[in-house]
Amino acid sequence: MKPEDLLALMTEPACAHNDKAKSGCARPQPGATQGGCCFDGARNALLPIADAAHIVHGPIGCAGSSWDNRGTRSSGAETYRIGMTTDLSEMDVIMGRGERRLLQAIGQAVEGYRPAAVFVYNTCVPALQGDDIKAVTKAAAARYGVPVVPVDCAGFYGNKNLGNRLAGDVIYQHVIGSREPDPVPEAALRPGIVTHDVNLIGEWNVGGEFWSVAPLFDELGLRILCTFSGDSRFHEVQTMHRAAANMVVCSKAMLHVARKLKEDYGTPFFEGSFYGIKDTSQAFRDFARLLGDADLARRTEAMIAREEARVETALAPLRRRLAGKRVLIFTGGYKSWSVVSAAQDLGMVVVATGTEKSTEEDKARITALMGPDALMISDNDQTALIQTFHDLNADILVAGDRYIYPTLKSRLPFLDIDHVRNIGYAGYDGMIELARNLDRAVHSPVWQQVRRRPGWLPAAAA
Amino acid sequence: MADIVLPSKALAVNPLKASQPIGASLAFLGLARAMPLEHGARGCTSFNKLFFMRHFHDPIALQTTAMDQMTTVLGADDAVVEALATICDRNRPAVIGLISTGLSETQGADIPRTVAAFRTACPRHDRVAVIPVSAADTLGCLETGFSAAVEAIIAALVPATTAATVPLRRSGQVNVLAPAMLTPGDVEAVRDWIGAFGLTPIILPDIADSLDGHLIPEGFSTLTYGGTPREAIATMGQSIATLVIGPSLDRAADLLRARTGVPDHRFAGLIGLDACDAFTRTLAEIADAPVPPILERRRAQLLDAMVDCQFQLGGARVAVAADADLLAALTRFLSGMGAEVVAAVASARAGHLAELPVDSVVVGDLEDLEWLAREHGAEVIVTNSHGAEIAKRLGTALLRAGFPIYDSHGAHARTWTGYGGSRQLLFDVANLLAGHYQELRPYRSRFWQGTRRDDEAGRHTPC
Repeated sequence: MKPEDLLALMTEPACAHNDKAKSGCARPQPGATQGGCCFDGARNALLPIADAAHIVHGPIGCAGSSWDNRGTRSSGAETYRIGMTTDLSEMDVIMGRGERRLLQAIGQAVEGYRPAAVFVYNTCVPALQGDDIKAVTKAAAARYGVPVVPVDCAGFYGNKNLGNRLAGDVIYQHVIGSREPDPVPEAALRPGIVTHDVNLIGEWNVGGEFWSVAPLFDELGLRILCTFSGDSRFHEVQTMHRAAANMVVCSKAMLHVARKLKEDYGTPFFEGSFYGIKDTSQAFRDFARLLGDADLARRTEAMIAREEARVETALAPLRRRLAGKRVLIFTGGYKSWSVVSAAQDLGMVVVATGTEKSTEEDKARITALMGPDALMISDNDQTALIQTFHDLNADILVAGDRYIYPTLKSRLPFLDIDHVRNIGYAGYDGMIELARNLDRAVHSPVWQQVRRRPGWLPAAAA
Repeated sequence: MADIVLPSKALAVNPLKASQPIGASLAFLGLARAMPLEHGARGCTSFNKLFFMRHFHDPIALQTTAMDQMTTVLGADDAVVEALATICDRNRPAVIGLISTGLSETQGADIPRTVAAFRTACPRHDRVAVIPVSAADTLGCLETGFSAAVEAIIAALVPATTAATVPLRRSGQVNVLAPAMLTPGDVEAVRDWIGAFGLTPIILPDIADSLDGHLIPEGFSTLTYGGTPREAIATMGQSIATLVIGPSLDRAADLLRARTGVPDHRFAGLIGLDACDAFTRTLAEIADAPVPPILERRRAQLLDAMVDCQFQLGGARVAVAADADLLAALTRFLSGMGAEVVAAVASARAGHLAELPVDSVVVGDLEDLEWLAREHGAEVIVTNSHGAEIAKRLGTALLRAGFPIYDSHGAHARTWTGYGGSRQLLFDVANLLAGHYQELRPYRSRFWQGTRRDDEAGRHTPC
């Protein structure tokens, strides 16, 4: 990938990170860095396209330890869960046979699994060696008659976030706009209700959580052209340019996809979240607002009233148990505020939130939610985080999977909010599940047992 | 505190309970060179032998007095004497357990008199211990029969200590009364645990030595393949302490203490952190020695497994059916991990069940378990192999526990006792829960009708 292309991605104008003097993403500190690379981010972003084959072009280090490790779920096609890599050998590298091997690999994937499309992820070794994956994918598409999309995302280009952005860029360049949507099926039409086409950008359907929300879209007459990319299909991604409104669900990283759709097709967008009751309701209100449909707005309010009343009944006993519990949230990015809002919904006290990957705008939202004295932690050092937990007298840590085991080793309650979980927390029902799991974690009788010292231990060890 | 709900059904459906005679036989199977002899119709023994063979995957020493019409009506004393003499002549056992059954008890067999008759008739077999146990199957269950046999063994083989005969204590020797809930693997773990403190246990009965499943150079044996030697039992009065595991052995422990004056320490079970800590602490006191590093390490491993598995076990709904000791140990352990024991079914009544941390304990059968598990939406049921069909009907996972386990290998080796065993149990439960985790159901949009997404469900295999 050319340096100027990378720079362009890093200086995404819609990204609030770039409002400050020091633009772009910070350079990692060798010896004290957590988190994934550009390849990791790019593949995560595209892997949920369920009917595509995802081929990792590189030696086994890239795919071998990471294939099929996502919590993202499909309602049908499962091709995306099949691990595929060119598994480059020493001889491939020395003899420069990577390109030929990739071409054959694509052929094998197409023949063996009949994918709707093939994504090829370029990694460090072939990038360094100079494999021309654009040329190979072009040749492969012509030879095998299937769209083959090059994703040039070598790990050394940058962090996971950059990979996300890069993936969005690839999709925008190669996929979006290459097909028109199907007509709305007759059977799905309801008299008096206008169907609007919308997209969700940055919703990953972790643990199938979007399925708790999807029925409400159907009910309101909002046809989701594409959920980019949870439980999506290649042919749906192709039609994203035809939506009447877009919601950016998960990340700043995908913001540029929405921005470009707005620039090129005039599609309005908003940023939102499906975590927490308030945010879920707000998301539906925002759709109604952007679509300018008064009838939709009225039906949306009725739906919100009904759903909020329904979950309130289920949440009441859990609220009583969680009220006043002190939660330390360390998730970064959009979740730094969306999960804060969800926890506050439950009557919990958010003692601090992580802002490692958050933008200035994210931080502004945190301040709005938690007040001007909100403690924001940008250092992702695990030892420091555990110390903070103790300093703030927290009851539970809510964070990504990287933090599970340091927390558990410290005998502290933990709730996993990462993408590898198989529990859904989105939407109204997800909130009940979230509350239930918070309650179980905070009140597990295990903590008391594992913190107790047996009578026989010498005082020094106790 | 739990309410004890007694059965009100006329029909027991899918029984959980196994009989007292089978439990008594199991206790004798933990003695060296032993042969349990059931005094009843041949069918009792035939069923029981097969029950154990399928569970342990081993030949089982078990004989019958084979009561028939004549002996049932006219008296079976001669049959008993004949059976005892035949076993002595053919198999040369050290111990015969003479176990009554519902039939012989109802008939009114006078077992002590019959044993006396055998002694008079066969003085050549004087060295063979014959230990009568009353074990009608109209009462109790496997566990109570087992405990009755242990009590009978103590009565027969442990000499009483009087003020005049206070024995020399053997330093480092401890008695262990091991209950029916322990597998051979569990008993082995207990032996190693005690050994780690430099103590020498006499385990009564020691099914780890007999039913652990090991081949011997001699090949097949008609008697037990190991077990507590009679001579060792005779020295139990010289031990420095007795460790009693399981409330079901309380009466046997009372007898042993009354007989020998050896102080005892009682434990409800050895599953879970608290139970293990209590046992370890007692051993350290008895041995007057520090806790060995290996146990500290095993404990630390258990702690780690507890924090790792709490996600899976927290809030999990579990239904358990077993004999009282095992039911109590599992219920306490699962509750202590944050799981919800939504059904607790015991095969027979026991006083200590009222102390369990559940609303109620039902004394009943596997039909009760099935109803309760369905009503409360259990995710895992814990019971013997008869639970397999129930689990299938309910769509739950099954954790096999208790007797009989006939549809899987290694029931005898499975170890849930001690720090390591508790950890294994945690993993077993957590894995079953993970394997049965119900993810959210896919939602299919109305707008997909007629599109290519309409008929793709399940299309993921290579073409």
